[in-house]
Amino acid sequence: MIRFTDVTKVYPGGTTAVGGLSLTAPTGQITVLVGPSGCGKTTSLRMINRMIEPTSGTIEIDGRDTGTLDPNELRRGIGYVIQSGGLFPHRTILDNIATVPLLLGWDRARARARAQDLLERVGLDPVLGKRYPNQLSGGQQQRVGVARALAADPPVMLMDEPFSAVDPVVREQLQDEFLRLQSELGKTIVFVTHDIDEAVKLGDQVAVLRVGGRLAQLASPAKLLSDPHDDFVADFLGRDRGYRGLAFAEAPELPLRDEPVVLLGSSVEQAAAIAAGDRWVLVVDEARAPLGWAEPGVLTGVIDRDHLHRGGTVARVGGSLRAALDAALSSPSRRGVLVDDADSLVGTVRAPDVLAAIERRPDGVPA
Amino acid sequence: MKWFLGHLGQVGSLMVNHAVLAVAPLVIGLLLAVPLGWLAQRYRWLRTPLIAGTGLLYTIPSLALFILMPLVLGTGILDPVNVVVALTVYTVALLVRTVADGLASVPQEVLQAATAMGIGNVRRFWSVELPLAVPVIAAGLRVAAVSNVSIVSVAALLGIPQLGSLFTDGFARAFLDPIVVGIIACIVLALVLDLAIIAISRAVTPWRRTQVPA
Repeated sequence: MIRFTDVTKVYPGGTTAVGGLSLTAPTGQITVLVGPSGCGKTTSLRMINRMIEPTSGTIEIDGRDTGTLDPNELRRGIGYVIQSGGLFPHRTILDNIATVPLLLGWDRARARARAQDLLERVGLDPVLGKRYPNQLSGGQQQRVGVARALAADPPVMLMDEPFSAVDPVVREQLQDEFLRLQSELGKTIVFVTHDIDEAVKLGDQVAVLRVGGRLAQLASPAKLLSDPHDDFVADFLGRDRGYRGLAFAEAPELPLRDEPVVLLGSSVEQAAAIAAGDRWVLVVDEARAPLGWAEPGVLTGVIDRDHLHRGGTVARVGGSLRAALDAALSSPSRRGVLVDDADSLVGTVRAPDVLAAIERRPDGVPA
Repeated sequence: MKWFLGHLGQVGSLMVNHAVLAVAPLVIGLLLAVPLGWLAQRYRWLRTPLIAGTGLLYTIPSLALFILMPLVLGTGILDPVNVVVALTVYTVALLVRTVADGLASVPQEVLQAATAMGIGNVRRFWSVELPLAVPVIAAGLRVAAVSNVSIVSVAALLGIPQLGSLFTDGFARAFLDPIVVGIIACIVLALVLDLAIIAISRAVTPWRRTQVPA
């Protein structure tokens, strides 16, 4: 657990970067600090490992005041990930990852074995270990940055906009893998971002900071979206809050319909017969994984991948109300596709049924 | 050509002298410039006085410096130490800025990452900052090496034997051959030093020769 108690940072020029910040980052959870430029989120993060010394107030990690610890020893026990990785350009990937273990006095063989292990853990090909950072893509470098921070298995990780230098597709991949990794590792993480969507997606709790380093609201993402404390928080959260909030509401049992399907490679005549007058028919592969919608009326010959309409999103049974609603709204047939954990088709659902489920939820705001 | 073949041994030993007089100050100058460049980079208020001050040293005429050295050092006028010390002054003059620039070229996020991992300042300097500054420092070193080879020859006016002696000798006898041989030997020496610095710099920076992905 990381506890800020009335922490203030005033820079020599008189600018207050952080003003009287008190908050607790619980053990094993992701606490996201989010806010506009100049809200002191990075300053707050760096005060935890004493890269910046607070002007007043205390920061404790598991009850120990960090101000009383040796800064270098403190830092070796805290993983740190920054934007674009901050890798050492002159060291191989393995040596980069092995940095902290070697500083802690591990022997070389053990440090390298650990580095190799982590490389695979963050989803990278082991052959990359012998390369230098400039030989890797931005997304790969970012993964190495995470592996390096994890190398000595620190209980605490600090992450400073780690995913903001990569393109949106890679960012989403990295976020998903980060969440998967965290579900296995259960680190105590403080994560800084300026992107509220990232904050809401990754945080177990989100601290919204306003300029001058004052805490505007500290809450779970669901609570934040449904009950912003003031106009600043509401504005910062932006539009579509009601819709985005549905991401945190697990869908109840939805009335699913059986969906007639055709196999990829079937003839258009077969598809038209199965569609039985409907304009759209769902195309699946041998494992009943939905591939997309086809329109037999405008096609001839055999249905192949190029014929498929891919606009529809796919939701998981037991997933969020948002995913189920979006599946229905984005489907050309207006029937939202739901799959099980093996990506196999379970059935389809219509938007009014999802809305009915939303309507049935108890009033008020989540805790 | 005939003169050269007849004086191979003499030219060879002058060249060795020349090389020693040029390289020794290069090494000593580098060793002095690294801490000075570090200071200039570390403490902002020191940067201007240090770089301007050492840079000014380069404007002292070499002949004047060679003549002044015995007075400052208490050495004999023919002592090669005079040349070494004077050229060390020039090398430092050229390298302090280069070292400071080289250290400044290390990306800020790399330094922050190093600090955040608990690498102390001293270790960080040797294991991160200096290795990453090598390409810039090597570029400055190449300029200093060529400059040293050229300035050493001036010391012939004081009677310190090196390739410059061929110029004074040829001039005194109004005989062109030793002058031409001296010039060519200087150029060869400068080239060899330049290539040696490039080779060493490449050897210690293997990460710079890697294929960058498209």
